[in-house]
Amino acid sequence: MANNTKIMVENLIFYYGNDKALEDVSMLIQENKITALIGPSGCGKSTFLRVLNRMNDLIPGTKLKGKVLIDGYDIYSNTTDVVELRKKVGMVFQKSNPFPKSIFDNVAYGPRAHGIRDKARLTNIVEESLEKAAIWDEVKDKLKQSAMELSGGQQQRLCIARALAINPEIILMDEPASALDPISTAKIEELIRVLKEKYTIVIVTHNMQQAARVSDYTGFFLLGELIEFSDTNKIFTSPQDSRTEDYITGRFG
Amino acid sequence: MKRQQIYQQVAFGGLRLSTLTIISVLGLIIWFLGKEGVSALSWEFLTQAPRNGMTEGGIFPALVGTLCLTLGAIIFALPLGVFAAIYLTEYAKQGRLVRIIRLGINNLAGVPSVVFGLFGLAMFVEYLNFGPSILAGSLTLGILILPTIIRASEEALLAIPQTFREASLALGASKWHTIYKAVLPPAIPGILTGTILGIGRAAGETAPIIFTAACFYTARLPHSIFDQVMALPFHLYVLATEGTHFEKTLPLQYGTALVLLGLVLGINLIAVIIRTRLRRKIRW
Repeated sequence: MANNTKIMVENLIFYYGNDKALEDVSMLIQENKITALIGPSGCGKSTFLRVLNRMNDLIPGTKLKGKVLIDGYDIYSNTTDVVELRKKVGMVFQKSNPFPKSIFDNVAYGPRAHGIRDKARLTNIVEESLEKAAIWDEVKDKLKQSAMELSGGQQQRLCIARALAINPEIILMDEPASALDPISTAKIEELIRVLKEKYTIVIVTHNMQQAARVSDYTGFFLLGELIEFSDTNKIFTSPQDSRTEDYITGRFG
Repeated sequence: MKRQQIYQQVAFGGLRLSTLTIISVLGLIIWFLGKEGVSALSWEFLTQAPRNGMTEGGIFPALVGTLCLTLGAIIFALPLGVFAAIYLTEYAKQGRLVRIIRLGINNLAGVPSVVFGLFGLAMFVEYLNFGPSILAGSLTLGILILPTIIRASEEALLAIPQTFREASLALGASKWHTIYKAVLPPAIPGILTGTILGIGRAAGETAPIIFTAACFYTARLPHSIFDQVMALPFHLYVLATEGTHFEKTLPLQYGTALVLLGLVLGINLIAVIIRTRLRRKIRW
């Protein structure tokens, strides 16, 4: 693992109330690479993802120990501006969650929240983001239509466009294709591969083929522990830990 | 028939009967008022002041007064109620204090309206020296409908999926921006429901305005919010209890009641139309 480290997680321990959800996790996430997090339900991979943009702050009673550095800055220090952090670290959720607004307003939501009012500039950003998310051709004639009228796969790509519109450096994806049909899933995967040229992507997935197909690095979580973290190739061809092997060969999970 | 099916039939029957009973009570009231009051209705009745010791003429000043009072109550209570609801659901740390505040709001909803009237008299009319006026009456009615608006707004805000908040915050929007742009718009139809209920109450209440706003008779229309006004419910009360002529004014009373009912239904209808439009636009 040469390259540039974008995110450095050191000895992370995370609690929901008294329940320990993550146990001493350390991980280096490389810039402009796709890092997949796999593991059975409840293993802590989504919690880990949400640590990276401090989404867990919304849940009362959580506690965190250890260090999370992005570009060398501790995102859990007292001086961290959460709003700035989330501008830099975008997120796409498991269930597509467009706002009940027009397609245009959905994509323009982030830029507007950051104070961009200029109509021409917003139009530009919206078009660019929709193009990057490979959905522009499908929606260019109906930007004023409600986003709720799009299909599930389109909604998810719209959500990706919405996340791209704030010009993040890192994109977190929480099982972005788990609720989609195979064709939409293929589109999203293709999109993810293209996006890695410009963004650092961390993706949580239940689908091991998906992790194998799209990612450069893979981390396997089990019961809150990071069991193994390495090149995707290596994880899937010669896993070092027997538990990893059991999981990816489908013996449990 | 199987036992299960019999139970089901009985349960459905009971539910249907309850609904029918409620509808027929409402129907009876409207039918009765319509039958007795429609003869009094005329253009003159709606646009003229009462004459001849209020045994003839119309109810125009009372109509205007009630509109002013209701509007004033909404202008005062709607923003206050919505902001309070936003604070309670989105900002306040959920715990004992918030529970006590909620309990207080619920109890406020149960306070008899005459108590609000007395409070308004002491607070707005006397202490703040507004005198009996539209202002004092509107504020009193506003306080009366606050719990309704707060509760409805809270329900509406709580019904907004958490995913909207997450999506907005994940885009780097501030908490206030999230509430203002992502949570509040889809909650507006629900908030309007509370407002509709509030409007109905504010327009129909008598006790809170007797001491704070309503006057027995004035042909003059209000010129400022410090004027006293006639109001439909109080006018009705006056006509019905004024000893000597009350038989003579019976059609006027039914007419007044009918207009009051029509007014409330009309305002509700407008709010329902707005709500339906919004719902069509904002769906999830």
